[in-house]
Amino acid sequence: MTELPLIDKKADKSTDEFILIAENVTQVYPGTLALDDVTFYVRKGMVNVLIGENGAGKSTLMKILAGVQNPTSGKILLDGEEIQPRSPIEAKRLGIGMVFQELNLCDNLSVVDNIFLSQEIARRDGLISRRVQRKHASELLCKLEQKIDPDELVINLRIGEQQIVEIAKALTQDVRILIMDEPTSALSAAEVDVLFKIIRELKSSGVSIIYISHKLEELTEIGDYITVLRDGRKIAEEEIQKVNVTWMIENMVGRNPATLFTRKERQLGGVLLKTEDITLPRLGGGYLLDHVSFELHEGEVLGFYGLMGAGRSDLMECLTGARPQATGKIWLDGELVEATTISGRIQSGFFLVPEDRQRDSIIPTLSVQDNMLLASLRKYLRGLFLASKLEKKTTNSQIRDLAIRVADPQQSITALSGGNQQKVVVAKGLLTQPKVLLLDEPTRGIDVGAKSEISKLINKLANEKYGVIFVSSELKEILAMSDRILVMSKGKITGEFTHQEANEDDLVAASAVGHGSSNGGKNHGTRK
Amino acid sequence: MAQENNSNHTPLKNKRKITKTDVQSFLLRGRAFIALIMVTIVFSILAPQFMTAANLVIMSKHVAINALVAIGMTFVILTAGIDLSVGSIAGMIGMIAGGMINEGIILSKLGIIVYPHTWMIIVISLLLGTLAGAFAGFVITRFNVAPFIATLGMYYVARGIAGLRHNGYTFPNLVGRPEYGNTGFEILGAGTFLGVNYSIWLMIIFTVIAYIVTMRTPFGRHVYSIGGNEHAAGLSGVRVSRTKIIVYSISGFFSALVGLIVASQLVASHPEIGDAFELDAIAAVVLGGTSLAGGRGGIAGTIIGAFTIGFMTDGMVMVGVSSFWQKVIKGAVIVLAVIIDQVQARMQERIAFQKQQETTTIEND
Repeated sequence: MTELPLIDKKADKSTDEFILIAENVTQVYPGTLALDDVTFYVRKGMVNVLIGENGAGKSTLMKILAGVQNPTSGKILLDGEEIQPRSPIEAKRLGIGMVFQELNLCDNLSVVDNIFLSQEIARRDGLISRRVQRKHASELLCKLEQKIDPDELVINLRIGEQQIVEIAKALTQDVRILIMDEPTSALSAAEVDVLFKIIRELKSSGVSIIYISHKLEELTEIGDYITVLRDGRKIAEEEIQKVNVTWMIENMVGRNPATLFTRKERQLGGVLLKTEDITLPRLGGGYLLDHVSFELHEGEVLGFYGLMGAGRSDLMECLTGARPQATGKIWLDGELVEATTISGRIQSGFFLVPEDRQRDSIIPTLSVQDNMLLASLRKYLRGLFLASKLEKKTTNSQIRDLAIRVADPQQSITALSGGNQQKVVVAKGLLTQPKVLLLDEPTRGIDVGAKSEISKLINKLANEKYGVIFVSSELKEILAMSDRILVMSKGKITGEFTHQEANEDDLVAASAVGHGSSNGGKNHGTRK
Repeated sequence: MAQENNSNHTPLKNKRKITKTDVQSFLLRGRAFIALIMVTIVFSILAPQFMTAANLVIMSKHVAINALVAIGMTFVILTAGIDLSVGSIAGMIGMIAGGMINEGIILSKLGIIVYPHTWMIIVISLLLGTLAGAFAGFVITRFNVAPFIATLGMYYVARGIAGLRHNGYTFPNLVGRPEYGNTGFEILGAGTFLGVNYSIWLMIIFTVIAYIVTMRTPFGRHVYSIGGNEHAAGLSGVRVSRTKIIVYSISGFFSALVGLIVASQLVASHPEIGDAFELDAIAAVVLGGTSLAGGRGGIAGTIIGAFTIGFMTDGMVMVGVSSFWQKVIKGAVIVLAVIIDQVQARMQERIAFQKQQETTTIEND
């Protein structure tokens, strides 16, 4: 292999080695700068790896390349010519196919129908030629070494199989560039091997691959070149043989991950929360939560670690009363919690900061102030009406306490950055005067600085004798922040570690308890 | 506004000048008001008697009917719901009230007929309307039926009951009899205070109440939050189902009130009272800037919307536009309103974005 210009990008742009160049691409969303002047090179016939933390801008960049989105500014050059794909169909015609991170399949249609959706093969008379489509689909699936019945409805497939269908869909037309956004996140080890084989075949037939993944270990196996994004900017690019996982993490996070999170030794108080046999049945048998019992002390930060589908979010939702079908006992401050509704649990002293901010936390049509006060409105009542002075005073003091960056409390919450939105949600929780604050992935999708601030905030709350339950999938973060860590797998607690004894290997091992090697994700919930 | 707000995070509040985007967002928010002014100007020119005091009172009387229904509809639409049953409930309640006046309540088991007082009839009617709304809300929340379907069902059922009540016939001459103590029903429709009809006063009173409820009470905030993001509202402790049932009850209450007013104005109740009221109400709400997607808009806009539609309709009659053309124009206005609704959402996003850029530039200076 010849030496290629890597960091010195100005040296050579016109050669044949780059099939696609995204030049100085900037994408602005209300509240965030998703991409800041990023130039991304795609090398012909190579696996071009793109990594970065959540919110670093990877998916945005891919959406731009695949025509889902138009960049605010910047150019896309395909074979040296500027293109402006306005839709995924247009991008596909140009030879750019994409396998999305979220599965974009229609559950209610069959595998064949999904594969040929919007590119149906029609007969002369305008009707869909089912026979030809089925034949093509069978061939594709055969090539992908999958025994999937083309006539099966997608809803009946395992998640791993759905992912394969998604890939098959991208391959129906001649693709020159195939974008794969976290294709392995739902695949079993065996399925990953098949996928890698397919990727190698595609490569040898001249297809260029853009490959996004969070599983850093697998990148050295499949990748050729790596580009790192952080906070919407390109941080580094390198030949993959020259780098290792430590290099990747350092570039993704920007500093030693451990220093992001501060934690001081604290004196823990008595038992604040005790649960016994919290159980949540799963539709179709088995348990989402299987007799979960644990204790939380006053002033303690209790981390919950686990894989997707381990039941951590379900547990948080049970505690906050969002799952009426859950059983089990909960004691708060020694008293049995009787309330079963969310509002009742909030009054008892629970508050959940949910994982999915857009879906579960913020109300986009309301202002920062109205969002913040929503859960504690009764406190600002004077007679029948809300006292707007009191509302303003409360809002401003929270903005000050949590250092929320906002120009005007009356402005729409959507104008805030992710980190500041999250702080508003935390403030909303604090105003209900909770005893136990449940934080489900509070740092997901917010930038590094905000992560650090959220971690400081968690410390502060623990020092103020709140009980904090902190769910995270990021090992470094959870190791650094928690006084104690519980690991869950398949709805059960499979490990308990104090801050001192916890280490990455043990956490990962505990989180894999009960997972067979060929588990393709079928038994996982779609949520954690 | 921001005097107490002396924290470091909001130093630019007092400095901000009025920018182009501020003007844009004002124009957009005030679009119903601008439309109302334009309608008024156009018809004042075309019909000289349009702006006379007497005509304004007559037109307001017409507007009041639609406005009252639209107030209830606003609550529903703010939660991202819809209520198609309002006109039918008005008709049903009109027939029930008319029946109570002319025939009394027949207690067949006891073999007696009770003639309630007029005020009791009104209270019972309003209660029944509220219950009908509550039932629709219950079906929507308990069985997870789409509001469109649930209220469509109620639309047919209530209209059917209106016909069944007197086999499709009208209850005429609802003046009651002095010996039964149920006279005076017609006063609701015909009575005036300070020269202004009761129905107009009711509109004014309920507008003020509804405005305060939406803007200044926890209930109102809950309504807006459900329309904005039902999930998040629920997880914040908002009792989503209860709030929704109340919202449909409010709509039922106003439907009943309007049914009574119309029956009283006619001094008769016939089964077709309230026909197509739901469409006029939805038109007023949407024209007033409330988003059908929920969470945006409010009572003030709805009232302006109702006046715009009412003035337009009456104005066209006065100018002599044929009733067919009236329908064409009305339909065009409704569709136009929805188009504006969509454009508005996009514009507001852009405006919020521009504002943010303006603030960041100020911050960076």
